[in-house]
Amino acid sequence: MECQECKQNPATLHFAQVTNGEKREIHVCHQCAKEKGYVTHDDESYSLHNLLSGLFNFDPEKLHHSTHNKPAGNQMECKKCGMTYQEFAQIGKFGCASCYQTFSGHLNPIFRRVHSGNTTHDGKVPKRVGKDISARRKVKELKWKLQQLIAEEAFEDAAKIRDQIKEMERTLNQREEGED
Amino acid sequence: MGLEQFINEAISPWLKEDGPDSDIVMSSRIRLARNFEKSPFPLIANQEHLDGILYFLEKEFNHRSYANYEQLEFVRMADLKPTEKQVLVEKHLISPHLADKSTYGAALISKNEQVSIMINEEDHIRMQLYFPGFQLEKALEEAFQIDDWLEEKIDYAFDEERGYLTSCPTNVGTGLRASVMMHLPALAMTRKLNRMIPAINQLGLVVRGIYGEGSEALGNIFQISNQVTLGRSEQDIIEDLTSVVEKLIEQERHARTLLRQQSELELEDRIFRSYGILEHSRIIESKETAKCLSDVRLGIDLGYIHHISKSILNELMVLTQPAFLQQYARRMLTPHERDVFRASLIRERFTLEQREEL
Ligand SMILES: [Zn+2]
Ligand SMILES: [Zn+2]
Repeated sequence: MECQECKQNPATLHFAQVTNGEKREIHVCHQCAKEKGYVTHDDESYSLHNLLSGLFNFDPEKLHHSTHNKPAGNQMECKKCGMTYQEFAQIGKFGCASCYQTFSGHLNPIFRRVHSGNTTHDGKVPKRVGKDISARRKVKELKWKLQQLIAEEAFEDAAKIRDQIKEMERTLNQREEGED
Repeated sequence: MGLEQFINEAISPWLKEDGPDSDIVMSSRIRLARNFEKSPFPLIANQEHLDGILYFLEKEFNHRSYANYEQLEFVRMADLKPTEKQVLVEKHLISPHLADKSTYGAALISKNEQVSIMINEEDHIRMQLYFPGFQLEKALEEAFQIDDWLEEKIDYAFDEERGYLTSCPTNVGTGLRASVMMHLPALAMTRKLNRMIPAINQLGLVVRGIYGEGSEALGNIFQISNQVTLGRSEQDIIEDLTSVVEKLIEQERHARTLLRQQSELELEDRIFRSYGILEHSRIIESKETAKCLSDVRLGIDLGYIHHISKSILNELMVLTQPAFLQQYARRMLTPHERDVFRASLIRERFTLEQREEL
């Protein structure tokens, strides 16, 4: 069987690709596989592909364009732990907390697929690290409540809430300035 | 060592207590995955990082107590023999991954074995909290307290947008895996459970057997757990799970009533045959053991069998696993020897019941 890309070399890699629920058989030679991003570096493992077409369900073509067409220095690699995006896609695990920032542009489709369409956290916030986060959430809630009270023409209660919001925002701003 | 003493030491103290709906729900579990902010995740971290985490957690938490969870004991995987690790796996105190793959793994286990904090597994920290019966809300509340207690000493990897950051994208957000272990013999026998599973999956929940391999559920014991961890609050996740578990309890009770109405004699026959096998067999495999234990437990719940304690299912499902049998035998056993030993342990366990009755 000849390679479906270059139509010259014999195809040495065979696998199925699932895109948007449609299965397509791929038969390519080693060289084209590398060029097209079906395998990464010299690693001939197909697991990248399995993951991308299975759990991650995204088009390897895109990976190819978004990484290989850019200058080499621009390749997505976590500065903290050294994990590249290809490695992440291959093993399906992050290397460290900073990987989340590094790969952030590519994560939403993956998270959506794994977590029923969700991409942002809604839940517990750590006490120390997340002190400001909790306060900001509280302010958001209060602002919403303020709108309600105004709509209900409960102006006295609304004024109290408004003062509370002001106070909280003041402390939040102070803390932020203190950090810089 | 006598069997009674062996059982006393082998069965986690919390498992001996009865919880709400314990005729159907055996236990509730909350697991939270957490990581240190500054260290790479265990998968790619080097020895220095992982040793650092072990050293820190041992220093801060070994022999400490929190509320009812007393005397956390720090156990390094490297210090345990393979059978000792396997026993912890069979008691569900650690994962097979921690036992087999985590060279720098450890666990902090409370004296009552309700809390087990796995260290350097897939994530730096995976704390698990167990409660007997159906008590998800209580378990979540207390797991949160333990989490806060740990956080006093640990800078967690947390991001405002993504939540608690975990090694695997499937755990990010809450890092929560809530699960309930259920005995569903009537739903399994009447094949109704299979028909309910797709609807349960639709809600982002997973049903699987926890004893046995692949899709088979030995002893008709199933685990229902959440899959989605991102974008839903812990309380919402627990609420969804709770409503499905309530539905399953109701359906199981209904199926039991129907079974009794429509084929009482066949049901009774099945239960007492299984009872006979457990009480008299000389060689028994784990699969048959699980089936018979499930029947006998159903017989107890339905009032056909009076003089056997309910805990026999939980107890013997744990004790008749390979590592426990070998621990009781105090030597390695071939698979055939295990089947012989298993039969004799079960017979002895039933004799204990009769003695208690006198
Ligand atoms: Zn080619
Ligand atoms: Zn990283």
